Amino acid sequence: MRILVCVKQVPGSSNVQVDPVTGVLKRDGVQSKMNPYDLYALETALCLTERFGGSVEVITMGPPQAKAIIREAICMGVKQGTVLSDRRFAGADVLATAYTLSQGIRKTGEYDLIICGKQTTDGDTAQVGAEIAEFLNLPNVAGVLSVQEVLGESIVVTASQDDKVVTMSLKLPCLISVDGDINTPRLPSYKVGKSVTDDLIHFLSLDDFEDQNVHNYGLSGSATQVERIFSPEKNTEKHEIEGTSLQQADKLYALLHSKKLV
Amino acid sequence: MGSLIINQKLVHNENAKDLMALCPFGAISYEEQKLNISSGCKMCKLCVKKSDGVITYQEDIKAKIDKDLWKGICVYVDHLAGRIHRVTYELIGKALELAKVTDHPVYALMIGHDVGESAEKLLHYGVDKVYVYDHPLLKDFTIEPYTAAFCDFIDKVKPSSVLVGATNLGRQLAPRVAARRRTGLTADCTVLEMKENTDLVQIRPAFGGNIMAQIISPDTRPQFCTVRYKVFNEPKPGKDASGEIIKLEIDESKLGSGIEVLSYVDKPKDIDISESDVIVAVGRGAMSEGARRMATELADLLGGNLACTRPLVEGSILDAKRQIGLSGRTVKPKFIICLGISGSVQFVAGMKSSDCIVAINSDRNAAIFDYAHYGIVGDVNEIVPQLIAKIKEGRANV
Repeated sequence: MRILVCVKQVPGSSNVQVDPVTGVLKRDGVQSKMNPYDLYALETALCLTERFGGSVEVITMGPPQAKAIIREAICMGVKQGTVLSDRRFAGADVLATAYTLSQGIRKTGEYDLIICGKQTTDGDTAQVGAEIAEFLNLPNVAGVLSVQEVLGESIVVTASQDDKVVTMSLKLPCLISVDGDINTPRLPSYKVGKSVTDDLIHFLSLDDFEDQNVHNYGLSGSATQVERIFSPEKNTEKHEIEGTSLQQADKLYALLHSKKLV
Repeated sequence: MGSLIINQKLVHNENAKDLMALCPFGAISYEEQKLNISSGCKMCKLCVKKSDGVITYQEDIKAKIDKDLWKGICVYVDHLAGRIHRVTYELIGKALELAKVTDHPVYALMIGHDVGESAEKLLHYGVDKVYVYDHPLLKDFTIEPYTAAFCDFIDKVKPSSVLVGATNLGRQLAPRVAARRRTGLTADCTVLEMKENTDLVQIRPAFGGNIMAQIISPDTRPQFCTVRYKVFNEPKPGKDASGEIIKLEIDESKLGSGIEVLSYVDKPKDIDISESDVIVAVGRGAMSEGARRMATELADLLGGNLACTRPLVEGSILDAKRQIGLSGRTVKPKFIICLGISGSVQFVAGMKSSDCIVAINSDRNAAIFDYAHYGIVGDVNEIVPQLIAKIKEGRANV
């Protein structure tokens, strides 16, 4: 079984603020890490190959520094990985990101199974997986809790759908997005880390893709446009609810009502 | 939409250094007297504003679409076997508001099998038309046939905006359809507004909620967004039905799927407090069995989870999974009510970014009141039972 896991390098902290003067993002430090949700996808993939044989590869889109997370994935047991890196990919929204990844995946090989994490901690959209599946014309399902069986041409998974758990079979090849917290991701091996060579980390740019139209990538290929960013209004006002216990309960009830909780 | 142009002639050591320091994403580098922008660039255009012409922004010339050809605001009806998810009604309420700006009709789109009766219900919410695809192959939600039906609807009806509930189902269907139609999709919007030119203004939290981003899809239609449950208000259904139900047909050959649903089981009620929107937390001041029972009842009534401080876990009174704080879980619910909690630094670190914090404590000087948006000095054992009675009474009157 040949499995591909889509990963992303994200800021180490979500503690970003808007500069009140320029209205631009301020990020403290440049530390970054592997998107935590991707670790569950990697663990799922590695467990599958342990049970059913095969190999795991990873792919990411990002700046050249993103090779750090490819290296980390290799230390966890992944065979090799690819960074899709090109200035022309900059400013990509969900649509352009998914399209770029799908083009990269077409180039890196044919996979039986593609696994994505639930979402990233910086974009938080949880939509890229489904859009990749569309561009690759694969069946997909999100909220996957477990892969129960691999049966030659198909896999059986359980997935969360509101208050139900659905068991379903998907024909291979397919794409699944796994939920967070469904397993305990293994730690990267220090020993493997010492022997990882750069030839296991590949780089592709737009010039390597089948579709060479620059207008399908980066900001040009994005359908959404950020008009402005601003700091959320913080609820900093403090109120004291006074009165007899009955009056306090009444006022609290009114508060719950205004919050649509009752 | 555009690209950055570097005017290398204007670059020198000093302004290069400034620009490298300026870029919040570390995407600008300077090598061999040449300024480079790497793919770390997020197109925030800060460098364009601050570089005195060294870096300029060039807009693409895009084929303009005729926005007048796209009319109507469509709400996707999220349902499981005909049981309509309430987020659908909330979105219809919002769609009616938005439609007033542009004088557009409001549609509901329902895809499934044997859903006629449920579709009738929607006519009490003020929509102009309910479009229904009803076919045995659409009985279970599987991605390919639902996408095919959705796209068929878009091609036939050409709605300007589409609102989808951010449920497990909506989060899969909306991106798949948006990708097929190569259009914009914004996830988890918290505010929606309509411009007179029919551009849907979508506002959502970004970067872990520290920033709000205002987003539009100016060059593509339909404009897709997803919205979580309980973000907008649910309108009251009207007594009389209005609008009409229109059945749409799709060729059966387009409804094939590589997915087969084998079974459904009810999800066991989990106690992942970090995912809860509502939390009732108890501390040392509400440790008695009676107080805990009361807190559990309140949590159930509010559709939330019970959580606690460390002493209750150490005393083996509650499961460690329910503990908030540095040695427990970090939570960020929409609403948290703290009963008998003093507010230690360790506890507060795990919950202080909650949207709305209510604290009830008999000690006026408890530290928790420094963080609470609503503080109540009083006896938990008196106030909470009266609150519970009030909620039950309110339910009975509906």
